[in-house]
Amino acid sequence: MHLAYPAVLSVLLFCTGLYGVLARRNAILVLMSVELMLNAVNLNLVAFDVWLSQAARDTLHSGQALTLFTIAIAAAEIGIGLAIVLAVYRARGTSDIDKLRDTAEARPGPEDDDTETAAPAMADKTEAAA
Amino acid sequence: MTTTTLAVLVPLLPFLGAAAGLLLGRTAPGYVRPLAVLPTLTATVLAVLVAVRQGGGRAINAATELTPTGSVPVELALHLDGFAVLVAVLVGLVASCVQIYSTGYLRDDPRYPSYAALISLFTSAMLLVVYSGDLIVLLVGWEIMGICSYFLVGHYWETPEARAASLKAFLVTKLGDVPFLFGLFALAADAGSFRITTVLGAVASGALDHPTLIALLLLAGVAGKSAQFPLHTWLPDAMAGPTPVSALIHAATMVAAGVYFIARLLPVFAASAAALVVLAVMAAVTMTGSALAALAQDDIKRVLAYSTIGQLGYMTGALAVGDRGAAVFHLLSHGAFKALLFLAAGVIIHAAGTNSLAAMSRMRDLRSRVPDAYWTMTVALLALAAIPPFAGFFSKEAVLGAAEHAAAGEAGAVPGSAGWIVLVSGLVTAILTAAYATRLWLLAFRGHGAEAPDHGPQPVVMNAVLWVLAVPSLAFGLTAGLLPDWFDGHPLTPTLTTSVLGTGLALVGGLVTYGAWRHTTTLAARVPLGAVAAHPEADAGVVEAEAIATHAPAYGDVAYAPDPADPGRLLLGPLHRHAAAGFHLDAVYSALFVRPVRAGAELVRFLDREVVDTYVRGAGTAPRWLGTAVRRAQTGNVQTYLSVLLAGSAVLAVVAVLVATRGA
Repeated sequence: MHLAYPAVLSVLLFCTGLYGVLARRNAILVLMSVELMLNAVNLNLVAFDVWLSQAARDTLHSGQALTLFTIAIAAAEIGIGLAIVLAVYRARGTSDIDKLRDTAEARPGPEDDDTETAAPAMADKTEAAA
Repeated sequence: MTTTTLAVLVPLLPFLGAAAGLLLGRTAPGYVRPLAVLPTLTATVLAVLVAVRQGGGRAINAATELTPTGSVPVELALHLDGFAVLVAVLVGLVASCVQIYSTGYLRDDPRYPSYAALISLFTSAMLLVVYSGDLIVLLVGWEIMGICSYFLVGHYWETPEARAASLKAFLVTKLGDVPFLFGLFALAADAGSFRITTVLGAVASGALDHPTLIALLLLAGVAGKSAQFPLHTWLPDAMAGPTPVSALIHAATMVAAGVYFIARLLPVFAASAAALVVLAVMAAVTMTGSALAALAQDDIKRVLAYSTIGQLGYMTGALAVGDRGAAVFHLLSHGAFKALLFLAAGVIIHAAGTNSLAAMSRMRDLRSRVPDAYWTMTVALLALAAIPPFAGFFSKEAVLGAAEHAAAGEAGAVPGSAGWIVLVSGLVTAILTAAYATRLWLLAFRGHGAEAPDHGPQPVVMNAVLWVLAVPSLAFGLTAGLLPDWFDGHPLTPTLTTSVLGTGLALVGGLVTYGAWRHTTTLAARVPLGAVAAHPEADAGVVEAEAIATHAPAYGDVAYAPDPADPGRLLLGPLHRHAAAGFHLDAVYSALFVRPVRAGAELVRFLDREVVDTYVRGAGTAPRWLGTAVRRAQTGNVQTYLSVLLAGSAVLAVVAVLVATRGA
């Protein structure tokens, strides 16, 4: 099988994942999109590993080994990610990323942008986080 | 003990007294008075002993080098000649009197310990100047006197006058000290030594390459210290200090240091005819101008201050005609009677509760309130006016006689013009001196009007000191025949021509003033005047401080009173207004120096605030604006961040590819 097929598939997968990460509003779907991207990479790794081993230049199959690592890490990552999303949902009642803007810069007033206004905003944030 | 050891102890004792006084002033207040008086008294006794042992014979020289100091060695040296030992006796005598007087005058002053210690330190510095045989050691004493003067003039630092006066005294004398220092270096560079004996030897052998330059540089320092025109303006203002300070520092000793310095190094000055003429002109302007100004002052102490400037003018005049014997003779007698005048003025100010002559002239029987001050001040004023047989007559005639010698061309290298300048101005000043002395006496003691306030008798120590000083004021002139043995050997006895002329002019001045006073005194009753201190029962020092502080609010100026009954106003006519203001020299200095300096300071302030600070503020503001702009990108939406990250990576990738392909 020509290398182009898995590579194109992997690009499509990656782009789908990228679109999902950038455009979806639900945090769970964003995490799923991240998985898609990771798996696109995995596909690439396996495909190139096969291609390289056909050329008999790499006998260690490091691509496949690396894929196993990635799968393990992806499992851990999705576990932590879902746990965070669950916690956020319990605290806020939503998992909509557009509404989770606590790290945003406080909208400065028209005349001052100093610490006087920033300090209460910070206090609000810490309260909200707790 | 050898004479040298005694001479070392003379400046050392007051210094130790000052150190002990400063250390123990707060912890052991009981010891302050003995620590102030006893070292000074002992030093005086030792100074007398040194004078007796030295006896006007050959100069005693002793030197020790503490450490090598580079190219020109600086040594702790003593040079005891007739001038040094006699001036030291005067310094010790006046300082002892002032210390004793101060125990009464500043009885309840909370700052008395530091005051007494500073007086002791000052005395020690002056004695160091007098005895020192090394110019750098002399300079040390010279500068210590400057700083002591600053502290003591500012003793009543609560009043703005005292603060301004102390700063002015310090700055003006320092203005002279800078050229003085350069002059010392130039002198040492030419002579190869700071030792006075070596310097004089070099002068005698003609080894001095730039005598005029050196003499003029040194003259600047002397003019500052001895309050000669044009650097005299600090002395009248320095009267804001306590009266004993004026007596010690601004009449008898510190201002005499300049004259004494020239007397020591007279051959250096005499090596340059130009310097002598400059000295003569300086003396002439100083003595006539200050005598006119003294005639117009209303503050009794300012009259005496201008009188001091004038008498110092006589001394520099004597030096200008090359007769240091006459100069130091006048220094000694003037030191005694001027200290007496100031101390008596302190008593009078305390008794009258005012320092204004206009207010005193409206008090009846002030003289019966202070009989001791009345009689001693009369003696001192007669000495000041150079009426025979008082001390001032002999010393002033010695000066005028020396001037006459020089004018006749009999004084060797001294130019005749210098002699004439000094002689003419000296005679004119003799009239004016008698006039302002008479005016002072008449206004202070012959007042009409309300009874003088009765604050009880003055402290005994204050009166006793006056009589101690009255003795030399009265009788010091009798030593005129003996003194030449101690000095250079020039006869100091009065010559007939100048004696008759000088005394006649003094009598004329006195009588004219008396006539003017008779004419104007009837006006006194019509124009009531008077500002008397608020706390007449208080310490004399407090009364004086209040009197000085209330003078300007009461009369509009520290030196001037709108008093039509003042004989000085009649005598001076339209000149009175200008003389009262010291011929507007302060205004001239203000226009020439103070305002340009202030304008320069304004410019620097503007540059600092508006130009330099703009950059500094800009350095802060620009990042803040940048930060504000960048913060707008922080929306909190993670997806936006990621989009930007992706876009940035894409751009970077494109750029990398483009760069790589172009290179290929």
